[in-house]
Amino acid sequence: MSANERLDAKGYGTYEFASDDFTFAYDENEKIIYKSYTASSYLADVLHAFLKNKGAVIGFIVIVIIAILALVGPMMNEHTYKSIIIEHASLVPRVPFLENFGIFDGVYKGSNQYLDKGFTDIYYWFGSDPQGRDIWTRVWEGTRISLIIAFTAVCIDIFIGMIYGLISGYFGGKVDMVMQRFAEILNGIPTLVVVTLLGLILPRGVTSIIFALMITGWIGMSRIARAQVLKLKEQEFILASKTLGAQHFRIIFKDILPNIFGQIIIMSMFSIPNAIFTEAFLSFVGLGVPAPMASLGSLISEGYKSLTTYPHVIVAPIVVLALLMLSFNLFADGLRDAFDPKMKQM
Amino acid sequence: MSEKKDKKDRVLSIRDLDISFDTSNGVVKAIRGVRLDLFKGETIAIVGESGSGKSVTVKAIMGILASNGHIDNGSITFFDEGKAIDLVKMKPKDIRYNYCGKKIAMVFQDPMTSLDPTMTIGRQIMEPILEHLKVSHQEAKNRAMELLELVGIENPQKRFKQYPHQLSGGMRQRVVIAIALSCDPQILICDEPTTALDVTIQAKILELIKDIQYKKNISVIYITHDLGVVAKVADYVAVMYAGKIIEKGNIDEIFYDPRHPYTWGLLSSMPDVDTDSHRLFAIPGSCPNLLERVEGDAFAPRNPYALKIDFKVEPPIFDVGGQHRVASWLCHPNAPKVEMPEQLRKRIDKMLKEVRG
Amino acid sequence: MGKYITKRVLIAIFTLLVILFVLFVMLDKMPGSPFNDEKLTADQLALLNAKYGLDQPFMIRFINYVKCVIKFDFGVSYNIQKNLAVSSMLATRLPISIQIGLQAMVVGTIIGMLLGIIAALKRNTWIDTLCTGISVLGVSVPSYVIALGLAYFVGFKLGWFPILYNASKPFISTIMPTMALSLSPIANIARFTRSEMIEVLNSDYVLLAQSKGIKQYKLIINHVLRNTLISIITVMGPLLVGLLTGSMVIEKIFSIPGLGYLMVQAIQNNDYNVVMACAFIYSFLYIFVMLIVDILYGIIDPRIRVAKEGE
Repeated sequence: MSANERLDAKGYGTYEFASDDFTFAYDENEKIIYKSYTASSYLADVLHAFLKNKGAVIGFIVIVIIAILALVGPMMNEHTYKSIIIEHASLVPRVPFLENFGIFDGVYKGSNQYLDKGFTDIYYWFGSDPQGRDIWTRVWEGTRISLIIAFTAVCIDIFIGMIYGLISGYFGGKVDMVMQRFAEILNGIPTLVVVTLLGLILPRGVTSIIFALMITGWIGMSRIARAQVLKLKEQEFILASKTLGAQHFRIIFKDILPNIFGQIIIMSMFSIPNAIFTEAFLSFVGLGVPAPMASLGSLISEGYKSLTTYPHVIVAPIVVLALLMLSFNLFADGLRDAFDPKMKQM
Repeated sequence: MSEKKDKKDRVLSIRDLDISFDTSNGVVKAIRGVRLDLFKGETIAIVGESGSGKSVTVKAIMGILASNGHIDNGSITFFDEGKAIDLVKMKPKDIRYNYCGKKIAMVFQDPMTSLDPTMTIGRQIMEPILEHLKVSHQEAKNRAMELLELVGIENPQKRFKQYPHQLSGGMRQRVVIAIALSCDPQILICDEPTTALDVTIQAKILELIKDIQYKKNISVIYITHDLGVVAKVADYVAVMYAGKIIEKGNIDEIFYDPRHPYTWGLLSSMPDVDTDSHRLFAIPGSCPNLLERVEGDAFAPRNPYALKIDFKVEPPIFDVGGQHRVASWLCHPNAPKVEMPEQLRKRIDKMLKEVRG
Repeated sequence: MGKYITKRVLIAIFTLLVILFVLFVMLDKMPGSPFNDEKLTADQLALLNAKYGLDQPFMIRFINYVKCVIKFDFGVSYNIQKNLAVSSMLATRLPISIQIGLQAMVVGTIIGMLLGIIAALKRNTWIDTLCTGISVLGVSVPSYVIALGLAYFVGFKLGWFPILYNASKPFISTIMPTMALSLSPIANIARFTRSEMIEVLNSDYVLLAQSKGIKQYKLIINHVLRNTLISIITVMGPLLVGLLTGSMVIEKIFSIPGLGYLMVQAIQNNDYNVVMACAFIYSFLYIFVMLIVDILYGIIDPRIRVAKEGE
């Protein structure tokens, strides 16, 4: 005890040794059970980092809500995206219950449009357009089409881009040279020009827009895939599989694909808002989906015509578009930060 | 060991240093109660696994801790021409402006990334000279040329105007050393200066640092996990584990009479061409997560010789004679006698024979 | 360096030729003929075809087409302004589009860089949050939504600036379009500058520069900004694409008599000659600017400027 107190053990001066303190904690034959200090797996880490990012979580929730509304929204009332009731043209939004609070009460320039025309129990939640169509139905129908276009285009992009990049990077040499020059030239043509020209020659419709989006969209994906392959190719485990005589195909799909998965997901989350935006652009210059079909772009383009007289027509599609773009960007940002180990502290 | 002599020659003394980092997962206690002395002209090596707090300690000396790190306790006293200055009480910025590069300089681990890719070698060497020494541009340039020559770079005129990417890894590390030496520092800190280099170049760089140390009589702190490097250069060794120094002493004490089971592990894992057994020893497990409060000895869960008390009370520092200090309950008089593993004993005996006979 | 520039120029020229070829094929395959007057007999048609060289083999016609394009001859407009030379239409519209584009790029680059630098230096403070917020908003909201908002609130409700282009007040009329158009470069450059600068701040060479004990402002100017700004040049090219796309829509919204509006009109009126000419001019501008950006990057970054010399 006295020996202990002479030592410079801070705060342990009062500790009374127990009788068995100086016996071994482990039996000679007993194996040490190592406590695992890195218990959380990579994916759990990513999830944890993602959930800590409030913006990203909110973005994700908003995307889910919009997607659900895009599915069920058009079925929530009796209107369809093309049903026209001419007497109901250009009505401003009116929502039951909320109308009692002085908002969404159908009042346009001081008088209640609905009551003026005697529609006591008719409600257009987002109002109606100058042709007498329900904007609520059209907005969600349009959102659905915009989302379908964006998702399909991005999926095809991933598919083509990955295959192109993997082949180019994996085989290297002349194959890589030729493939990279080709991509470089295609990339040298502004997307705008490609999309416009394709819009001109193809029949107007969803398929054409997807095709136009797809033709340049894959290049970015292929770059990621190629860069990753080049990096991984030098690493030992690929070398190991090669010496073990694994087939090219097997190496690409079993060893390389899982490693580039994260980046591809992030990239596609950034591509979706881009595709939505390009679709909106095409509609705005008159190359969008044919009427009476709706997409977010075509709705904005229509609403623009009556911007100064009936601004409510354009508000809903613009808000949904902006929310969608914002949410996807926030979500993608959050994903990237979660996947990116560089952001780790210390 | 007389106290008076110590005070006279001491250039740096660290006392009870505690450093923690605020991370998104909580506060990490990276350094706990570190005590260390550095004497003039001597080389001290801080050894440990990655994450043991070696780099954090020296970054604290330089005032370049990451912004989420802070010193909670203790002192870092720098003896500058007879004056004792506590660096902990200074703002990091003031440490940098007054001491970094001028009195204390650092060589970093990876020469491939530690030079600015957009600035010529010459300008990067001249930068600290112009900052700290009152000299003209031409004088600074001459000095930079001399330094390039000193660190063994041929054709300094040509290299002076080149960019880092035009130099090989070994050359770049020489440039980094030239930058560190530019203002004749009293302390040179080398953070794993050779790990990123080829084996042949490693030896040359170590030789260079030793040579310069001898010429200029500076004190060197090596941070490394490579005991081979330690054996070549160090006078004094501190072994760190989980933010604590668990054993320290002069090179002979640590290499020939290690007491802490962790040091045994480290020495056993050192590659050696003529060991009887061809198997390389590895210490089981990994460094503990410092987010959790350490109960007792942090090494106990990985220690086959752990005592029951190791899980209850953190061991104090035991004086085992000479300059040798060990933080392990095994050194307590009540503890059972434990000998180092047979294999290691043989290795050390062999080494002793080689050195002495 | 010379080799690098030559390679870039060659790729640019080749890309332009590919674009011209595609345009030519499209024009060639478009339904209809320039001589669709029903009164013309087959003989007269053949004569006309011979006169304008339309009976020549495909490749010869393509070479003739390239020659015409080099002489800035894009034929005449069919629908928008009948029989007016496309080149003269372009000549009046191109300068104003370039003016607005440049204004937006300059405003966007300056404000974007400032925001990004401030955000990176004041990382994790409210300033950073604000800058990030602005840039996320700018990246997410398409420029034409901003343009519509500006047109409605600032132009229509407040009446500060003309909603539609006014030829008698050319500069005032470009303010709102420039604002709308510059938002995307502001946001993108701010984001990029911030992340790039944080990476530079965390780099080993900045740590080494810090350990040299040089003053903070010198560290920021000589090491951090220098390395950050070099990489900003790389995003300038892609941003231009956004400006091109944006300009078409924004010129339509504000009725600016520029290239973008002309192209939209041409698309809506199926005026193929004009569409093709506009597409070519857009491609040319884009490729030209990308080339300049690449060369500029090569000049500024020593890693490209000075080729690696062996040990």
